[in-house]
Formats: sequence, structure tokens, C-alpha cells
Amino acid sequence: MTLLLQTVDLCCERDGRRLVDQLNLTVEEGQIHQIEGPNGSGKTSLLRILSGLSSRYSGNLHWRGKAMSRVRAEYLAELTYLGHSSGVKAVLTPRENLMWHAALRGLVDDTAQALVMTALDKVGLYGYEDAACFTLSAGQQRRVALARLFLGQSALWILDEPFTAIDKHGVGELEYWIADYAKSGGAVVLTTHHELNIDHAIQRVLLGGT
Amino acid sequence: MAAYQPVGIGFVATLRRDLLLAFRRRSDFFNPLAFFLIVCSLFPMGVGPDPKQLAILAPGIMWVVALLACLLSSDTLFRSDFDDGSLELMLLSPSSLYLQVLAKTLAHWLLTGFPLTILSPLLALLLQLPASGTVAMMLAMAVGTASLSFIGAIGAGLTVGLRKGGLLLSLIILPLYVPVLIFGVGTVQAAVDGFNYLGPLAVLGALLALAATLAPLAIAAGVRISVDN
Repeated sequence: MTLLLQTVDLCCERDGRRLVDQLNLTVEEGQIHQIEGPNGSGKTSLLRILSGLSSRYSGNLHWRGKAMSRVRAEYLAELTYLGHSSGVKAVLTPRENLMWHAALRGLVDDTAQALVMTALDKVGLYGYEDAACFTLSAGQQRRVALARLFLGQSALWILDEPFTAIDKHGVGELEYWIADYAKSGGAVVLTTHHELNIDHAIQRVLLGGT
Repeated sequence: MAAYQPVGIGFVATLRRDLLLAFRRRSDFFNPLAFFLIVCSLFPMGVGPDPKQLAILAPGIMWVVALLACLLSSDTLFRSDFDDGSLELMLLSPSSLYLQVLAKTLAHWLLTGFPLTILSPLLALLLQLPASGTVAMMLAMAVGTASLSFIGAIGAGLTVGLRKGGLLLSLIILPLYVPVLIFGVGTVQAAVDGFNYLGPLAVLGALLALAATLAPLAIAAGVRISVDN
């Protein structure tokens, strides 16, 4: 298995509390890592560090064996990050929202159109693609954000509480997508309080656990 | 895997998206314009309708009000993107952040500075600005407000992470607005007095060239700092 993301002695402190202490995490292709811990234990902070949004840490990050600072562009091209806030504009339609995300990944015109429609179909928003997002329910808006997972090919998904506001059926689907993605060689790092019911080995990382 | 892609795609997409957003939320778009119109039309009532007096004050009034209109609207530049997480995704996208903030700033100018420029002849008439100054006013407004958008975006990028950045934003960017104000008024004044106004206009152009090339670096850095927590 190819080594993707690696943290070396990663430490992170917020307001005098050490949230992540000497974390040595190796994420390989086909692995699912679940970050666990109570509220406020630094799960989101850790994911923001791993994605490169936060620079308030000590230690080193490596992507495919090279120092992150050198290969940041390559890393971003292969990363899909889904945070707490979804990045969905309420006054735009799901299609318009996703076309923008596709363009940021360098996809345009017909390729992008086709990809966006397949992605929307996959997350169950077929027929809603041209309705403004504020008319959709919270769960449906979350699904618009989830559709980003299927735009372009990334090697790593970083998902922060992906199951928020998703219905039972949707949770099952998302679990299936995650397992399917891992089986096809993708790596997933996620946080969730939900008991994962996935047909795939899960590596657990415990934060703030004493 | 497209690690390197044609650079313009993200720029065009972000520009188009921001214009579309403004079109869907038209009230936001009209705010600075209404401010510009109302405040300028208050001046003849405040200082008296004497055409001579107004004509002397007109260039200054119009520039100060345009400055404040730009200041008011610059706070919203990154606000909604920050709130809904789009800004994070812009930072994490493989497209260049420089081009994306450039696109956002250009969209901001198209939605504030450009309409202000279009409106300025009307206001010039209202404030009794001599007709010889109208063309100079429009040219100076077009070039000057673009610089104002860039300067405003620097402040907006730096303060977007703060809950109450309003006053701080004004403190950061108002001093930087001053050169634009001086040469903006200078251009119009020169035209009104019958001199060649290309000199001060060229200085405005130089300021814009400087802002358009260097400001996106500062804006991008500011946005990065704001999101980093």
C-alpha cells in the first residue's frame, strides 16, 4: 500500500490545552481513519491541520513521502475536504454551486456538466439541480456539499462530521460510498460521533482520551 | 490527475459566480449606489444651493462620498464566503488564490466602482460641477474606484475572521485611500480649471497598476491568516 499522508510528532495547542500530543499518524491508500474524542478534544483542529487550513501546530506533515510545504499544490489537487460549513451558497442552485467547485478543480464545460449531473444524481438530488439551495432542506443542502466528493479524482477525503443532518437512508449510502472509495484505493480521514457500520477495516485515533 | 491546469479557469468561475450572486441578491448591490446618490443630493441642501459655492466643493464631495460608499461595501467582500465555508474551499482548491482574490476584487469593482462611475455625471450635474470636469470625473472615478476596491479588499481579507471588524477595517484602509482621494480630486480640479488633467490621472493609473499587481498578494495572505485558526 502506498503511503499518502504522514504526520511526524504532530502537536497542537489551543488556549494552553494540548489537544494533539506527539501524533504519528500514517495514512495509506485504502485506509479509513476515524478520529474519535469528546467535544472540544480537537478533532476539527486536527483535520484543519491535516488539510493545510491551519498552521498552528508543531511537528511535520508529509505527503507521499515529501515535506508538505514543498508539494502543497500536488496535495491540494488530490484532496477533497468537507468541513463543518458546507461551502454551499443558498441563493445559487446545486448545479451552479457544483459547477464552481468543479471549475476550481480545473474542470469546465461539458466534462464538468456531466460530472456535476452524475454527482447530483448519486447523492439523490436528481430533479433538484435547478432549484435554489435555500428552498432545499438542511439535509439536501448537506447532500449538495457531499456531491463534491464525486467531482474529479482525489486520493484523500478529509471529512468533518459528514453525517450531520443526513437521514438514515443517506447515512447508509454515505457509509457505502466511503467503503467503496477505500476499496478502490482512496484514503479517508473522518470524524463522527455516529457508530460507523462499514464493511472495511477502520483505524481509530483517539484524541483527548485519558 | 490535473495538478497543473490552465490558470484562467478558477478566475473566470469565481468572477461569474460573484456576479451571479450579486444578481440574485440585488438589494446588496444597490446599497452603496443608494448611499452615493442620497448623500450627494443632501449636500446642496446642507451648504445651500449657490451654484458657485457648490461647484467649488463638488469634486471633493463626490470623491469623499464615493470613498465612503466603497468603504461600506468592502466589508461584505469576503464575509459571506467566510461564513458559509466557501473561503476555506478556495484556499484548499488547486487553483491559484492570487487569481481568485483578483476575480473577487474585480467583481466587487464591477458592482460598486463601475456603477458609481456611470452615476457620477448625474451627480456632477446635481452638484453644479462645470461641464468641463465631467469627462475627467468619469475617467478618474473609473480608475480610482478600482484602486479603492483593491485597497478595501486588503482590509476585508484581514478582518473577515473577526466578529466585529467594522471599525478596524476603516482604520486600516482609510489612510490608504488618501492618495486616491488626493489625485482623484486633483484630476477633476485640473479639468475644471482648464488645465491638462492627464498628469494626475496618470498617477491614479500608476496607483491602480501597483494595486492590481501587489494587492492580491496582500489580500491572499490576509485571507489565509483569517481562516487559520
